[in-house]
Amino acid sequence: MEEKINGKEWANFPLEDDVYKTLLTKKFKNREVWHKPVVGEILSSLPGTVLTVTAIVGASVKAGDLLLIQEAMKMQNRILAPFDGVVKELDVKEGDKIGKNHLMAKIEPK
Amino acid sequence: MADLKQEIQTLRQKKAKLELGGGEAAIEKQKSIGKLTARERIHALLDEGSFQEYDLFIKHDGRDFGMEKKELAADGVVTGTGTIHGEPVCIYAQDFTVSGGSLGLQHARKITKIMDIALKMKCPLIGINDSGGARIQEGVGALAGYGEIFYRNTIASGVIPQISLILGPCAGGAVYSPALTDFVFVVENISKMFITGPNVIKTVLGEDISMEDLGGARVHAEITGNAHFYALTEVECFDQVKKLLNYIPSSNELKAKAVEPAEPVTELNIEDVVPSDPRQPYDVRDVIKCITDRSEFFEIQELWAANIVIGFGRMGGQTIGFVANQPKVLAGVLDCDSADKAARFIRFCDSFNIPIVTLEDMPGYLPGVDQEHAGVIRHGAKVLYAYSEATVPKITVILRKAYGGGYIAMNSRHLGADSLFAWPIAEIAVMGPEGAANIIFRKEIEGAEDKDAMREEKVKEYTDKFANPYVAAGRGFVDAVIEPKETRSVLLQALKFAETKSEDRPKKKHGLPPF
Repeated sequence: MEEKINGKEWANFPLEDDVYKTLLTKKFKNREVWHKPVVGEILSSLPGTVLTVTAIVGASVKAGDLLLIQEAMKMQNRILAPFDGVVKELDVKEGDKIGKNHLMAKIEPK
Repeated sequence: MADLKQEIQTLRQKKAKLELGGGEAAIEKQKSIGKLTARERIHALLDEGSFQEYDLFIKHDGRDFGMEKKELAADGVVTGTGTIHGEPVCIYAQDFTVSGGSLGLQHARKITKIMDIALKMKCPLIGINDSGGARIQEGVGALAGYGEIFYRNTIASGVIPQISLILGPCAGGAVYSPALTDFVFVVENISKMFITGPNVIKTVLGEDISMEDLGGARVHAEITGNAHFYALTEVECFDQVKKLLNYIPSSNELKAKAVEPAEPVTELNIEDVVPSDPRQPYDVRDVIKCITDRSEFFEIQELWAANIVIGFGRMGGQTIGFVANQPKVLAGVLDCDSADKAARFIRFCDSFNIPIVTLEDMPGYLPGVDQEHAGVIRHGAKVLYAYSEATVPKITVILRKAYGGGYIAMNSRHLGADSLFAWPIAEIAVMGPEGAANIIFRKEIEGAEDKDAMREEKVKEYTDKFANPYVAAGRGFVDAVIEPKETRSVLLQALKFAETKSEDRPKKKHGLPPF
């Protein structure tokens, strides 16, 4: 998409069917790409530390059951099962430091 | 009975001791990392011999943890009045050599005292930030100090220009004073500005980042948009401050000082700067150079949201605020950042009686999930608000494209432009010809045997009909279609004509700009 002229990378930038020759900014190139949320994937909403993990892979859970406790911003956040289902995957253990949007667990709906 | 001569000696000794701040060792350390001392900074900024210091003999408020036994020279901040280009300013500079420039209640009171004077005398306020943060030993007293500064920053906003120089660390709550001021200056390797520092981020989140990568000068100049001017050295930074003060008035009651008018000096030919093909890029600053006195342009936030260009130039000796789409970067689209940048600048100009000239060449808003989710609706609305609200002279020249929402946003007649001109290559339409033809003639194109030929034909039909300035001119939305070479003379006349402009707004406490 980009070609170099005089040391600058000119891009062909499409907007509403017209294509403009222009430079791209670092911020634009580094923009976050959106992913469709997947049902049952429990992602961290804040970065923090995993304090306790109560979920067990293969076990059935009811909506509202405690899966794990994550400490973030000096608060102990209780991560609960969003619906009835089975714990298919568990991607954290106690003491893990995790970032935002880290996949913590997968629940398969019943 | 006191002996005057002896007392003068005593005064001199006391002053000399206090003026050393944290002492020679601390000064040496300050200098070893390329920083000047608080006093050197003030003297470098102000006209020679104009500085009158206030509150050199202040005593700090610490009563606990052994602080009561400590002496802190001038309580870590140098404050006073002076002049720049002969015009009065109020100034303060935090002294990092004294207890890390930490802010206690008396330190803050010295600052608020000088802020009150600036507001009363209606002169610019310059704050030099170089501080480790709140003086923890003073507890809530330090927090009170910050709050009293923020309050005054807000009250003074739009009344006197407020300028912040970040010449050292400025962390935690301290960042909010600069954030409330009009212009923030940063210097490479010296400025460090953040809410939570690398240590906290490491402890809480486990992310390893240096101060420079987190909140260094370049970050704020290019990524966050918190800074307006970026310099490589402190001396360059002081020159930028002095240059800025040349362009703006000392308060909202005055107009910026006029200088001797002069013709542009650029060798560029305005007719050659802008390619006729709306999809080809050029640097809109070259157009500005073709129309300003001496071809001078003082750009603000050059590195951030470069898809829009803002800054000051002069026409006929008067300061003008320029807002121009930049086709060279991201095709000149409006997005969250560029809308924010333009809107804030428009409001500054409106507050301080500076006419606004808008140069328009933009294809619309930036599409993308990231933009929509970041609130491009709310941010984009700031531009509409700022232009509509402004009562200073507002003049627009449509150089080339003016499509869709962008046409409305960039100071259109509909938002209250006083005069609106267009070049003959201007395309004022809902969207570009390709997109429009694909929608309007979808059936014809899909039904054709040779789809591409039909599309081409219909694009041409649309282009001939709408991609010009005459449809808008036919409705009175454009006042005149002008030749590029006439741009400067037409603008000079329109600005002259708008000098007596007065426009009333309904009485209100304040509006609700889409913050």
